Amino acid sequence: MSEFEPKIIAFVCNWCTYAGADLTGTSRIKYSSNVRIIRLPCTGRIDFMLILQAFGQGADGIIVSGCHPGDCHYTAGNYHARRRWMLFRRLMDFVGVDLRRVHFSWVSAAEGAKWAELVNQVVDEVRTLGPYKAFPQRFHENGFPVQLTVAN
Amino acid sequence: MEQLQQMARELLERQQVQVIIGYEAGSEANRRRAVFVRRAEDVSRLIFDDACRQNLATYLLKPEVLVLGKIGMVVRRNTLRSLMQYAVENQLADERVIAIGIGEEGGPRLLPNFAAVEEYLAQLPRGPSAAEKAELKKMEQLVMEQRWAFWREEFDRCIKCYACRAACPLCYCNRCITEVNQPQWIPVASDALGNLEWNVIRAMHLAGRCIGCGSCADACPQGIRIDLLNGLLAREAQQQFAAEPGYGQRKDYALAVFKPDDKEEFIR
Repeated sequence: MSEFEPKIIAFVCNWCTYAGADLTGTSRIKYSSNVRIIRLPCTGRIDFMLILQAFGQGADGIIVSGCHPGDCHYTAGNYHARRRWMLFRRLMDFVGVDLRRVHFSWVSAAEGAKWAELVNQVVDEVRTLGPYKAFPQRFHENGFPVQLTVAN
Repeated sequence: MEQLQQMARELLERQQVQVIIGYEAGSEANRRRAVFVRRAEDVSRLIFDDACRQNLATYLLKPEVLVLGKIGMVVRRNTLRSLMQYAVENQLADERVIAIGIGEEGGPRLLPNFAAVEEYLAQLPRGPSAAEKAELKKMEQLVMEQRWAFWREEFDRCIKCYACRAACPLCYCNRCITEVNQPQWIPVASDALGNLEWNVIRAMHLAGRCIGCGSCADACPQGIRIDLLNGLLAREAQQQFAAEPGYGQRKDYALAVFKPDDKEEFIR
């Protein structure tokens, strides 16, 4: 495998984007298999640390996605998350983290096609950027870096 | 200085407070350290000048300090803002502390409760200094790789001593996120990723709360510019959410509230 295949981690909320991604599958829409989906209860639960930890374990790009404003299963989780992202994005940018690798999105349970399009776009963008080598990697106690693998 | 000592003596003699927390001469000519004065005859140890930079509010929430009784405290503007933030976060009862306000604005003057502190702060200039603003601007003019290189170099020096946390008046959690070890959220070892995570997470946990006293950067034995991270987030919270921590008893914490029309041009 000579061509670079980016590893994308997606943190999604249980109620909208996860269901949306499910719909993509049941609708038989084909999309890039580089994405690894991690389901969380709500975007409000997506701690900003998860983003750093994913990069630290070899992710090349990250998608964070949840319910559209007004649709949150817990009424306001996505509004709180949005405020946090607004500040966290500025901080990451200030520290010099590559913001072209971090994508935020709202994908509802009905937007299976939007999910496929989003993933494909992010994968394409990150593929042109190449592997995120600049980011420090997390090491196991045995001294080897923690590595993610992309299944073919 | 005589005025300050006189004020402290009266407070102690009249039993209005049981202890005065202030500054005394340190181990070197240009250094100052905190002093707890509990007897009226010791007030001559109290001094005040520009070198008194430590934010003494840090001591206020410690149980071993609270048992001493009612507290008098020599406070600068930043310490007063810390007191107001404690009030907002329900960490300190009103009239628990008699503040002795002093600094560039003159003084000393007695501020016996939160209302008096709020009124006093309302008269003082607000916002970061021109130098602080210029420093942030300068950083932002660098390209991404330069910023990344700068911070990698800064964070590489971090030895995870947590002096920033100890010096910070608003880092008062009984159980800090860094001590959470099931799972280990931030690695204990001082490696590149762990140092980045620690400094970023501390800045984020202070976003919209930090009152910008700069005690963290002063305390850092490695001279890491933590104050720049906090300064950036303070500016952003101010611009985006109109957050002004430490200026009023009834201010909301910017990240605990929201507006349905918060800007989201970065969300697809």
